[in-house]
Parts: sequence; C-alpha cells; structure tokens
Amino acid sequence: MLLETVGLTKRFGGVTAVDRVDLGIAERETLGLIGPNGAGKTTLINLISGVVGADVGTIRLSGSDVTGLPAHRLAALGIARTFQGVRVFKGLTVHDNVLIGRHTRMRSDVLARLVPRPRQKADPDRARSLSLIERVGLGRRRADALAGELPYGDQRRLEIARALASEPRLLILDEPAAGMNPTESAGMRVLIESLRGEGLTILLIEHDVRLVMDTCQRVVVLNFGRKIADGTPTEIQHDPAVREAYLGTEAVA
Amino acid sequence: MDAVLDLLRTYSTTIAVIGVSALLALSVWLTLYAGQLTLGNAAFMGVGAYVSALLGRLLDAPFPLALLIGAFAAAVLALPLGVIVFRLRGVYLAIATLAFGEIVRVILLATPITGKGQGLNGIPPKTELWHIYLSLLVVAYVLWRVQGSTIGRAWAAIREDEIASASQGIAVGQHKLAAFVIGALIAGWAGGLSAHVTFSIDPSDFGFTKAVQVLVFAVVGGVPNVLGPILGAGVLTALPEVLRPLKDYRDIFQGAILLLVIIYLPRGLVTFIDVRRTRRLSRIGAVDVA
Repeated sequence: MLLETVGLTKRFGGVTAVDRVDLGIAERETLGLIGPNGAGKTTLINLISGVVGADVGTIRLSGSDVTGLPAHRLAALGIARTFQGVRVFKGLTVHDNVLIGRHTRMRSDVLARLVPRPRQKADPDRARSLSLIERVGLGRRRADALAGELPYGDQRRLEIARALASEPRLLILDEPAAGMNPTESAGMRVLIESLRGEGLTILLIEHDVRLVMDTCQRVVVLNFGRKIADGTPTEIQHDPAVREAYLGTEAVA
Repeated sequence: MDAVLDLLRTYSTTIAVIGVSALLALSVWLTLYAGQLTLGNAAFMGVGAYVSALLGRLLDAPFPLALLIGAFAAAVLALPLGVIVFRLRGVYLAIATLAFGEIVRVILLATPITGKGQGLNGIPPKTELWHIYLSLLVVAYVLWRVQGSTIGRAWAAIREDEIASASQGIAVGQHKLAAFVIGALIAGWAGGLSAHVTFSIDPSDFGFTKAVQVLVFAVVGGVPNVLGPILGAGVLTALPEVLRPLKDYRDIFQGAILLLVIIYLPRGLVTFIDVRRTRRLSRIGAVDVA
C-alpha cells in the first residue's frame, strides 16, 4: 500500500467529521472517494495532506508512520493535492505558480543569484514547469499571465500543474470538475485518464459520480464520516447501503 | 559640479535621513512582501542605534564593528520574538509587534546605561553619506535578487495563500521568521548609521510614530518590488522640505498628497515604474487560447 489510514478520526466540537476510517491506496491505483455533502470527504483528505491534524488514528505512507507531520513535510514526501474551490496564487503568474509547486524539488538558489552572471539558458526547473503548463492544456503563451485572470476551469488545470510539479507519489484531486460545464468536465476526464495512464497514484474526490465510476478502479463511499462501502465501481453501484445512503438521493444514470 | 556639492552640503542631513528611511522601509518591506504586517522595526532600529552608540562610547569599538554588532543584536532579539508573535496573524500580529516596540522604548526610558529619558548625547558623527548609500545599494540589490529566488517566491506564495503554500511544501513558519529576522538586521544596521548622523538619540525616536512612519514609507512606495520602499521613503522625507514655502498649510498638503496616493495608487508610487514580467491576457492576445 502506498497510503494507508487506520482508524482515522477527526472531531469538530460535537461532530465527528471523520469516524474511524480505514483507507488503503495501492501504488498506481486510482481510488475514487464519494459521499453525500458533509460526508467528511474533504476533512479526510485534509487529514491525509496534513492541513488538519487527526484526533485518533494512523496515517502511513509506504509503510512509514507520517501521522501528525505538517503539510509541508508531507508535500516533500510526495503527497500533492488540489483544493475544492481552487487555491491558486491569484496574484502571481501562471509560471510562478507552477515553480512554487516545484519548491520541494528545487535547491535554494538564493546565494547563486547574488553573484551577477548571465542568465543560464537551460534551466531545467523552468523548462519543466513550462512543459507542465502545456501538459495540462493551458498553453505556453499564458505562462506570464496572472493566475487570477484565468477562467475558473483553467485555474483548476493550473492547480493540477502546480501539484504535478512536485513529482508527487500520490495526487489528491478534490472535486476537480466541480462547477464545470460538460465540455470542461469532459476535458478534465481526459486529463485525469492520461495521468492515470502514466502510472500516477490518484485519490479522486468528486461529486460527478459518472466521472468517478468511469475513471476509478476502486471506489470508497463515506457517509456521516464513516466508510460504508469499498469496492469496484460495479460493486458500489449495486451495494444496497450505498443506494440507500447516497445513490437513492442522487440522480444517477 | 560645485553647485551639486553645495546642494549636498546644504541638504546633507535631509539626504542622510532619506537614505536611512529607505533602509528602514526596505526592512519592513520584507515582511510585507511575505504578507505579514509587523510594526517592530522602529524598535529594532533603536536597538541597533543604542547598541552601536554604547559600544563606541564604552568600549571604544571601531565604527564598522559597532554597527555590525548593533545590527546583529536586533536580529538576535527578533528570532525568539518572531517565534512567539508569528502564532498571530493580521492586526493581532501588528499589535503584538507594536507592544514589543513599547517594551523596548520603556526599557530604554528606565535604564541608566541608556541615559533614560535624556537618551545618549554627543555621539560622534562617524556616518558619511556614502556609508548610508552604499548600504542602501547593497541591501536593495540583495533583496531584489532574493525576490526572484526560491525563497522570494515562497514569500510571495505565503502572502497569497498560506494553506496552499504549505501544501506545496513551503515551511511557512520558517519563511516568515526569516523575513522578520533579516528585516530586523537591516533595521538595526540603519539605526546604527542614523545614531552616528544625528549626534543624539532618545527613546522617543524609536516609538510608535516611527513605527507607523516606516510602514507608511513602504506602503506608499509600493510593495511589488524593492524600488517601492526606496521611492516612498525618498518622496515622503523630501516632501516636508519641498513644501516648506507653504508654511502653516504644509501639513494639510502633505496629508492630502498621502491620501491621494493611497486612494489612486493602491499599489504605491512604484506603479509608475512597474517592472513586472506579468502581461495581461488581453495584451498577449491569448484570452481565447484553450
């Protein structure tokens, strides 16, 4: 298992947002995480990415205990994520956004920059981030534009480019298709599928059940903070508990 | 040439004050660039001023060494302070650093060795104009280069979004602390220089008024790049001299100019000489590129 959580629990006041969740993601797997609103999906990935600390439970990455590590350490260890509602650095350029994503993979160049010298032509970090900008379909020409100027859908793509820049072992996508129109959503599916094809391990949180069923090998369902089902998309679709808790209230084709 | 030298001689104090103000504005710019509002730099300036002046007076320390120790004293003080105050954000951070400034001021007021309320008099005028402007050049160059480095980008990221920064692997706390401590170092150095310009120093030179003044220099000048604080310090320090013929109306005009700048140039005076690489989407003609 690349990532494993054991009995992970998080309470906010009297509410148990995540309740004793055991989750495993194998190397090269695409795991979908679904559940009704307020099921605890975002809290769970906030725990995994270190944005909030767990009250009880263990998180293991490649077998070693990473529970309680701060977010920046987990990022250095290879956990990259996007945010629900997009958190690109709006006041910075597209290119700088992606370069910041490479922060943990770059050596500090402060001292080197103090010595005046002609600009080096082949900067591997710059080249790499430019190719990532293209990879997610943003277009190299917009590298110098402010991230905040991009349309919403493109900001989501930029967030993915930024996350990929750290060469992650696990990519967590928090509702990458939320608020997208069908065309943008289809483009996002193509992007996720190509990332999967490259062998990246992906944890996908998504409201668009169709997208999850089509792209994920395995799906985990949360409800009221508890894991209520874990299986292949087909198994999930026929699971009575899921139907009752989730699919019964959502229109699913 | 003679005319220039005459001008330099006549206004040498003002020119020195502009240089010192620019250094101070750069010291607070550092934390502002990382999105943190701190108001402790007047106190760090005071620490540098008192430490360097006392070292010269009591131990007969050579001037450069006294300056250096003064600057490092400020930085050493900033380190534990930063660890504590950066638990706070926004106005709470500003108030905490302001409180630190008051503590420093009161200690200076109460301690015999610092001359209590009378301060220190008869500090030898060892600072030459070129000392100040060489320091300014070095500091501005270093900060300009650092701005485009991995650390500079991390500061900008923290200013934009702390949670997203941490998720990109940026150690947010350490980067804030670094900005704060380097800022204190610069402020302490500036304090030492200014003490040896003005002949005398007293605790009121480094109080609330100074703290706010330094912030205003940086904000009016503009935070996007290092030219902003220098420009702000230059314009706002020279303004009273330029407006001198207005006599009693001077303060009114000065206030009005300040207000106009803040309202119409929210990114500061530096807007006029914007050197960002950023280009508007519309100008690239890439609005419709998918």
